[in-house]
Amino acid sequence: MNNFDYLRAGTIKEAVRGIATQPANQFIAGGTNLIDLWKYDLTHPARLIDLNGLDELKTITELPDGGLRLGALVSNNATAYHPIVEERYPLLSRTILAGATAQIRNSATNGGNLLQRTRCYYFYDVASPCNKRVPGSGCPAIEGQNRLHAILGESAQCIATHPSDMAVALAALEAVVQVTGPEGQRSIPIADFHRLPGNTPERDNTLAADELITSIDLPATGYAAHHSYLKLRDRNSYAFALVSVATGLELEDGKITRARIAVGGVAHKPWRKPAAEDALIDKEPSPEAFGAAADILLAGATGYGHNDFKIELARRAIIRNGAMALDPSCQRPGAQPSL
Amino acid sequence: MPNRPDPPTRAVTLTVNGTARTVHVAPWVSLLDTLRDHLDLTGSKKGCDHGQCGACTVICNGQRILSCLTLAVMQDGAEITTIEGIGAEGKLHPLQEAFIAYDAFQCGYCTPGQICSSIAMIEAGHGNTREEVKDLMSGNLCRCGANTNIIDAIMAVKDGAHE
Amino acid sequence: MKKHEEIGKPRRRIEGALKVSGQAKYAAEYQVPDLLYGYIVNATITKGRITHIDETAARTVGGVVDIFHHDHRSDLPKFDMLYKEMDAPPGSAFRPLYDAEVKSNGQPIALVVAETFEAARYAASLLEISYAEEAFDVDLKENLHQAKKPSKGLATLIKPLPPGPRGDFESAYASADARFEGEFLHGSQHHNPLELFATTTVYEGEGKLTIYDKTQGTTNSQVYVSNLFGLRFKDVRVIAPFVGGGFGSGLRPQYQLVLCVMAALELKRNVRVVMDRKQMFTFGHRPETVQRTRFGATADGELTAINHVALAETSRFEDYNEVVVNHANMLYPAGNVTLEYKLVPLDRFTPLDMRAPGGSTGMLAIETTMDQLADQLGIDPLEFRLRNYAERDVSSDKPFSSKELRECYRQGAEQFGWSERKPTSEQGRRGNRLVGHGMSSGMWDVIALPGTATAEFTADGKLIVRSAVTDNGQGTYTVMSQIAAHELGLPLEAVTFEYGDSKLPLSPIQGGSYTTGVIGSAVKASCRALKNELFKLAQIMDGYPLGNALPEDAVFTDGAIVLKEAPHTKIRLTDIIAFNKGKAVTASKSNIPNVFKLKQYTRASHSASFVEVEVDEQLGIINVTRAVTVVAAGRIMNPQTARSQILGGMVWGISMALREETLLDPRLGKYINTSLGEYHLPVHADIHDLEVIFVEEHDTIINELGAKGIGEIGMISMAPAIVNAVYNATGKLVKVFPIKVGDLL
Repeated sequence: MNNFDYLRAGTIKEAVRGIATQPANQFIAGGTNLIDLWKYDLTHPARLIDLNGLDELKTITELPDGGLRLGALVSNNATAYHPIVEERYPLLSRTILAGATAQIRNSATNGGNLLQRTRCYYFYDVASPCNKRVPGSGCPAIEGQNRLHAILGESAQCIATHPSDMAVALAALEAVVQVTGPEGQRSIPIADFHRLPGNTPERDNTLAADELITSIDLPATGYAAHHSYLKLRDRNSYAFALVSVATGLELEDGKITRARIAVGGVAHKPWRKPAAEDALIDKEPSPEAFGAAADILLAGATGYGHNDFKIELARRAIIRNGAMALDPSCQRPGAQPSL
Repeated sequence: MPNRPDPPTRAVTLTVNGTARTVHVAPWVSLLDTLRDHLDLTGSKKGCDHGQCGACTVICNGQRILSCLTLAVMQDGAEITTIEGIGAEGKLHPLQEAFIAYDAFQCGYCTPGQICSSIAMIEAGHGNTREEVKDLMSGNLCRCGANTNIIDAIMAVKDGAHE
Repeated sequence: MKKHEEIGKPRRRIEGALKVSGQAKYAAEYQVPDLLYGYIVNATITKGRITHIDETAARTVGGVVDIFHHDHRSDLPKFDMLYKEMDAPPGSAFRPLYDAEVKSNGQPIALVVAETFEAARYAASLLEISYAEEAFDVDLKENLHQAKKPSKGLATLIKPLPPGPRGDFESAYASADARFEGEFLHGSQHHNPLELFATTTVYEGEGKLTIYDKTQGTTNSQVYVSNLFGLRFKDVRVIAPFVGGGFGSGLRPQYQLVLCVMAALELKRNVRVVMDRKQMFTFGHRPETVQRTRFGATADGELTAINHVALAETSRFEDYNEVVVNHANMLYPAGNVTLEYKLVPLDRFTPLDMRAPGGSTGMLAIETTMDQLADQLGIDPLEFRLRNYAERDVSSDKPFSSKELRECYRQGAEQFGWSERKPTSEQGRRGNRLVGHGMSSGMWDVIALPGTATAEFTADGKLIVRSAVTDNGQGTYTVMSQIAAHELGLPLEAVTFEYGDSKLPLSPIQGGSYTTGVIGSAVKASCRALKNELFKLAQIMDGYPLGNALPEDAVFTDGAIVLKEAPHTKIRLTDIIAFNKGKAVTASKSNIPNVFKLKQYTRASHSASFVEVEVDEQLGIINVTRAVTVVAAGRIMNPQTARSQILGGMVWGISMALREETLLDPRLGKYINTSLGEYHLPVHADIHDLEVIFVEEHDTIINELGAKGIGEIGMISMAPAIVNAVYNATGKLVKVFPIKVGDLL
């Protein structure tokens, strides 16, 4: 709610330099989460560095290795409706369109999507304790209202989930996040971008405070033939996932040759386990096969009362989404269940 | 937290409903509050101020966005259409006509957002089926429960029944 | 002579063009000069006292003008009576900023006033408040043993407590062939109209105020504010022509009104105070309620025993009550009945009437229980209800003033295709989705209250009708105009209805589905009185054009008085005004219900809903794919706006069954999903095929118009029909509402 300075950055360099001058400075792109957080008195920027003048981050370009570079400042909607994304990465397109609303997707950017904060009720209530917001203050969710919360990878400090849909598809697609900081550029595989809460739940990801996401790079494999995103939530649209699943398959002669499954709404980051995917190799896609993969993927899941249902729901969602992936044309708006 | 009395204002020029308007606002003023409090354009509604209801939807550079979740300073130079700019002087837009004909509102508070949102959706070429339209319009809540009438009105315009 | 008929005609909303073009102004949208903005600060503890408020940091924010709180406020009255308003339950109403005591989490404790909205909001966040916290209890289920009988008062007159026992429930239940016992629970719900509560106060000088307020009662806000601040009624004008939804939340003046007026009076400035969405969760709400039913029936489907108990949350300072348990025996004439309604005082804010208060809660348990019995007995649920159809209200031994519920059942069943319904779990499937059909009855008591209107015919041929009543979206503006046009035989365009202004004739708060009956009857009566005045003038016009004709010999049509027997005798109403030297003719009439006559009848609207659901068998996702609601509510004034009202009620029913709930954290003593992001109202994608039917129903008892009102009835039968349909699909009965993803796994 505080007042802040405002700077519209002209170059990436200027933006990165600007962020370094004051720890409370923050980048702003779409603003759809930052302004929300600011109005709830959860963040107090000293200066907002507006990235919207950085035109070089607003393009989608094909990469020499057959992949695709999604500029960090391309809006979620522009990404989802981009012809190449629709054709080669329909899993990503559909996943993005299952998130938020058209209005928010028009403002929200690809970089910002990855950086959105959890939707834990207690995190959002400045008068409640929350280890993510005020380290050491406690986590009321563990014994409180935890319907939204994590069943995997959580810690005694925090059971929040990451709310992004897009990140779940990016995890399945094995995207790479390109960032620029004062020391130059580096690449962060999506699996390493978000982190588990551990003893430092205040940190959502591995991006340094003075680093800027410049793009998200997709590898060549897009699972255009066999993919599905299934999102289960408390209403059919405009709600965060209780459980979501992004599945990409490659098949030969009726057998799975390559599989990727990422689960959202269950952890502090999109949840993937290569062992679960390996278990599908050479199998015919069947409820049993996906059930076995789900068992590996969800091993060790713990409920906290209100979210106990997620363990079984996630398993069933993985199985259903496997079936849906075989026939992507069955996909419904909002990634609602079909078949 | 840093305390900054007297926030300095900046000149921000917005082309609102076809007319360039310059306002002097501090960076912390949202686009929605700029429209409502500084330009007396109260057709854009504040229902939550957090991007959770859609009542503040405006069309910004051709795209529907939530005016509560952006700052006026970020939109310097933008072209903005609010509900006051929909339809011509003395002549309602077909969607406005359809909303009346289908009784697609009761209290009227979500209505400007619903109309701006659906016009932008149609102009973007999205929403090919009724089910898609329902999903793509789900960012606009209606507490009165006029949902079916709203979707009927939009479908009638999409189908050319209301020209 | 054919009279121009307006009542019963589908009419578009008169204010439609204003609403679709953004020209309709709501309480926070009046541009007034030199406006100050107030931002409210709320308590972050649940119970205790404020020990200190440190304003230092807040005062450094540029543009801050003043900060009001219990140590710095206007004089407020000491006596409870002066805080009473039209919807105050028995008890001691909450007094904003009165003292240091905190009675519920989120209670308003300060108002920061500044030159800009942003400065007020920022300074509000910097106010440092110290508390002495006390132990609290907000958990209903943990405190059911504290349940007590509600105190009696005005509220229990309008919303009566349950009648005493009939017959011998325990032995009848014990000997019944089929029995069902269930415990049902729904959490608190908040009204969440889309418009935030807001007040803009214009300081007119010398204690005079013009107040734009979000309210369901302009007179109510006027009297309340006048009493609180010692102002003369005539110096306070409350205006609310457009109200962005109420659903009951505006039946009591909300606290932003008090804070805004206080600041305006103290600072002698124009002030606006708007709540934020989180603050919309800090006052009245539908109370969390535990219900227990035990119903028994004979093998051939005669309901013999009814026991319905409701235990509802209230605050420590007021006894909010609603009619939850009375309807089972009004709908079904069992002879052995015990009903119980009790309140559990907790450290939460007092609940408040929310669309179909009590009725939607009670029917959820009653009609779910009925279906469970039908299922046990192997009788079709509709047939079971027909076998127990009440031709007379046995609970009070009175006839119904009218009751076309049987016709609701018939038309609904036919339209829905109920005869295709199959028993539980045999309905079939569509892919992975199980299909279920369910139905329910609904009932809502007709409330009669006094109301006033005036009617004026002007020299330019316009009819102006006036009442202080509001229009929160129900269509009151259009319907009142229709009633007036109908009475005077004028086209709708010739009528102006002035409303939403406390300077206009007295109206009760707009709630309980009674506005059309109460104010509509007053409009009709005032128009009839106006006709008499016009007729009397016409009688003495030059040439005595009416001869010896009596008022009943004449018809008002096409802007003229026409004699039935001599249709060529046409006296233009404008000529009558000209004869009156151009002076408009006015008549005022109050509608005072004939309580003695009304008391002899049970007066209620009825409904039946038929619902199809699809339930994803593995994932438990539920969709209401189609629904038909049939309503018997007397005469329908405007089928178009009435249909919309019922559609809205149906969406609310879907929401009650499947969506909305305010989550409470009993350890922190507060609601925790206080945003529209996490308090899930239905979205467009949740709402599918909905159909509304009105059956013809003639009622000459309830009021002059024969109109029962439709604000609540569309909601009441919807939620139980959904629960029954889910049972029909899955064989699973969920008794904790809303039914959530995960409940059917």
